[in-house]
Amino acid sequence: MRASRCLRTHEGGLALTAENAVSWFADLRITDRPTVGGKGASLGELTSAGIDVPPGFVVTTHAFELFLKALEQASPVRALIEPLDPNDLGAVTAVSRALRKRVEQEPLPQTVERAILDAYRQLTGGSASKPVAVRSSATTEDAEDASFAGLQDTFLWVLDAQDTVHRVRECWGSLYSVESIVYRRKHGLPEDGVAMAVVVQLMVDARTAGVMFTRSPTTGDKSVMTIEGAWGLGSAVVSGEVTPDRWVMGKITGEISVRDISDKHIRQVPAPGGGIVDEDLPDDMRLKPCLSDEELQALRTVGRRIEKHYGRAQDIEWAMDKDGKLLLLQSRPETVWSAKDVKPVTAPVADPLKHVMTIFGGRK
Amino acid sequence: MADTTKQFPLPSSLKVVPGTEGAQAAFPYYTQFHDGDDERFWFYNSMHFPEPMHHFDMITAEAAYCALGSFNTRVHVLPTTKGIDHRIINGRVYIGGVAVTDTDEIAARAVEFQQRAFYYYEHWEELYDQWKVKMKALIADAQALPMPHLPDLEPIETTHTGKGVAANHELIDTYRKTLEGYFRMWHHHFEFLLLGYGAYLTFFDFCKKAFPEISDQAISRMVAGMEAEIFRPDEEVKRLARRAVELGVDDKFHDGMNIDDVLGALDQLGGAGKEWLQELETSRNPWFNVNVGDGFYHYHRSWNDDLSMPFAALPGYIDKVKKGVKLERPTAQLIEEREALVADYRELLDTDEDRATYDQLITLAHRVFPYVEGHKFYCEHWYTNLFFNKIREFGDLLWRHGFFAEPADVFNLTHYELESAIVDLMLSWSSGSDPIGPRHWPAKVAERKAAIKAWAAHNVPPALGAVPDVIDDPAIVMLWGITRESLDAWLSVDEDKPSNELKGFAACQGVVEGTARVVKSVEEISRLQQGDILVCQVTNPTWAPIFQKIAAAVSDIGGSMSHMAIVAREYGLPAVVGTGSATRRIKDGQRIRVDGGRGIVTILEEEPGLAGEPVLEDA
Repeated sequence: MRASRCLRTHEGGLALTAENAVSWFADLRITDRPTVGGKGASLGELTSAGIDVPPGFVVTTHAFELFLKALEQASPVRALIEPLDPNDLGAVTAVSRALRKRVEQEPLPQTVERAILDAYRQLTGGSASKPVAVRSSATTEDAEDASFAGLQDTFLWVLDAQDTVHRVRECWGSLYSVESIVYRRKHGLPEDGVAMAVVVQLMVDARTAGVMFTRSPTTGDKSVMTIEGAWGLGSAVVSGEVTPDRWVMGKITGEISVRDISDKHIRQVPAPGGGIVDEDLPDDMRLKPCLSDEELQALRTVGRRIEKHYGRAQDIEWAMDKDGKLLLLQSRPETVWSAKDVKPVTAPVADPLKHVMTIFGGRK
Repeated sequence: MADTTKQFPLPSSLKVVPGTEGAQAAFPYYTQFHDGDDERFWFYNSMHFPEPMHHFDMITAEAAYCALGSFNTRVHVLPTTKGIDHRIINGRVYIGGVAVTDTDEIAARAVEFQQRAFYYYEHWEELYDQWKVKMKALIADAQALPMPHLPDLEPIETTHTGKGVAANHELIDTYRKTLEGYFRMWHHHFEFLLLGYGAYLTFFDFCKKAFPEISDQAISRMVAGMEAEIFRPDEEVKRLARRAVELGVDDKFHDGMNIDDVLGALDQLGGAGKEWLQELETSRNPWFNVNVGDGFYHYHRSWNDDLSMPFAALPGYIDKVKKGVKLERPTAQLIEEREALVADYRELLDTDEDRATYDQLITLAHRVFPYVEGHKFYCEHWYTNLFFNKIREFGDLLWRHGFFAEPADVFNLTHYELESAIVDLMLSWSSGSDPIGPRHWPAKVAERKAAIKAWAAHNVPPALGAVPDVIDDPAIVMLWGITRESLDAWLSVDEDKPSNELKGFAACQGVVEGTARVVKSVEEISRLQQGDILVCQVTNPTWAPIFQKIAAAVSDIGGSMSHMAIVAREYGLPAVVGTGSATRRIKDGQRIRVDGGRGIVTILEEEPGLAGEPVLEDA
């Protein structure tokens, strides 16, 4: 909603500039979510909190709005979607196909294209040896909704400026995917609130990568962390293509209570021409733990810092580069257990001795 | 009877190992399984009695259960449980709880319990101070008992003072006082124990509900006491190392030294040497009255009886002193760490109500814990040493009168039989004729020694009878850690399937791979090399001095709250306790991996040629 208010402000006369179209992580805070999306705002917040995050920028919703304005001027976009019946898949598919094609192919406003290219050059130094990841960053409050609505595009190991711009457009295009349109129509969401930011970030050539929950996903226990990881890029873990190694460790004590080392048959690595590819793993690596105890402790420390910073449990994506440096790729609030009602463990009593009856008094 | 569930063998189906019938029958009638026992559930008390019992040593079970039951059943009046019954077969002690199941009876007992137990909680510090006075007086009484002795003729003083009692009477008097003191000591032992564990477990239970995946270790660390006597013996060894350096006699101590030679050399040296020996005496009384086991068997000797353990540690400590390493326990820092841990977990709680409960429970646990950690030094160590050494003196006397082939044979008699042998000797001394014992006991002792050997090689079912639906007995849960889940695990063990993994209690986190050194007695500790993994039957705080040398520890016996576990955590030594069979399954020199955080020991290499074959006893 706030994104659309921004747009009206711009229409009110404020000229969109390159600075509006692109924001660097270091300048962002979590409160910038409406213009840079959840992912972008979180990466900005982490960066400014001093957490190691691969550098990058966000192509803001301003950039998208400006492009959309140009598209609307050529021919209607939002007006095509609003009357759609979400049950009429044929009609939705036709509109989706047409709009995605337009988003990916019609010329970008010069200010926007220039802003992206300038930022890309600044990030990579124009070097193809510095590949980037291009990831959609939805402004929807609920990450799960975003996932449901098909707004979670990620393009890895993108090698040049033109390809980066193209991938940004593909991310924008996902707003007009069939799932996305159906979702909005079913929930009656107004089209003028629809916007999308896109994160462009240096890639980590990960030796090991994975996810970390700062509370137990199975019991909700806030005193433990669960870490999952596998060899290579984290995409294999997130997509479920590899059964990751799994550890449970005491958040405060660091003691490792569960070590499930799985058979990691493949890893995902950069493909020579960009993108990623599956690679079979030699036998001696398959069953080898992908993290050392010291690395697990380093993850715990960072996980605790992030959780303390936000004041609530987090769901974190991380990668460890070839030199063993730990980098954070994403952190979002844990939603499942946090949504449950909090009730006291035991009814309070004035006399502390009454509590011993839970042990001595027999089964209640 | 449950129709589909697996169950343990019935007591009546257990066979006495052939050839040991006489030895089995020598245990008192009330320890034999009898009609009606098939209806109950029993489990093997491997935690306290991991080895077949010598006939005398069963007095430990008897005295302990007399006391434990009294306090549960009739002093503190625990609502849901009474005492522990015990039976002995093939030298193994099986125990069964006596639960209270009638709800009216539980309610009535709960009223009594709150009047009695709550009084203890409310006056804990005062009663514990009083306990120490009482316990020290009991120790002084035991120390004052005379050495059993029969003169050829009464000393003339007996006549001149009109004493009117001859020396043989003093034998039975001393013997009965020795037994009386031991039974009394066990009463003192249980005066606070269940209440202490109960308060601890209440906190434990709360933590497990608030933090379902919290480790036992983390909770133990929050509760751990700081001033407990269990750390003192090791602190004394460190002090002696420092004194040796200060006095310039440190060059006398080296790995593999002959202790008697070292003591002799220091004495010869005079001056500084004698001064160090004086320091040793100061440490020995009382702090070397710790035994190398848990004090339940007569052969768990004390440091004072065998200086191997403290002396094995001295060279390493001396080395550290010379390098300027601070050895002394950093109590202030440990307290700070404990308080930080308590505060960090508190912060994770969701509600103010929970924080209030947490504060109440941790406060109570900290109040009761000095007793839980401290009583062992006075009871299982100091007093038990005095007790068994007094019995040794009787063994020596009887041996000199031809009753035994060696003095230690005395432990092959039950305490009733020993009294009869003493009376036999008293009679013969008074009548002037020969005692009967020398013709009676040697054959029985030989039979029982053979029986213990046969029993040790015999398989022991971990439990007997039908598995109860719930284990609701706080005493059993607290002291033995037995739950319905652990019984199911016992039942699911496939005896035929060889496995290279042993499971125990996670005592202290850390993963270590190394060479296993299976140490079966304290005499063998000199074999330990820097970085070895100690594998032993029972480790306890008195092994702490060698923790500096080893990379990890594995034991057959012990729980996550055992003293061994407490000390391992303090030393940061990865440890798995209570594996049940580590000293039998792991062979000396094998490479093993110890995962102290999960309580798993993995044998990494089988001996060539043995892989996949059944492991032979004593192989």
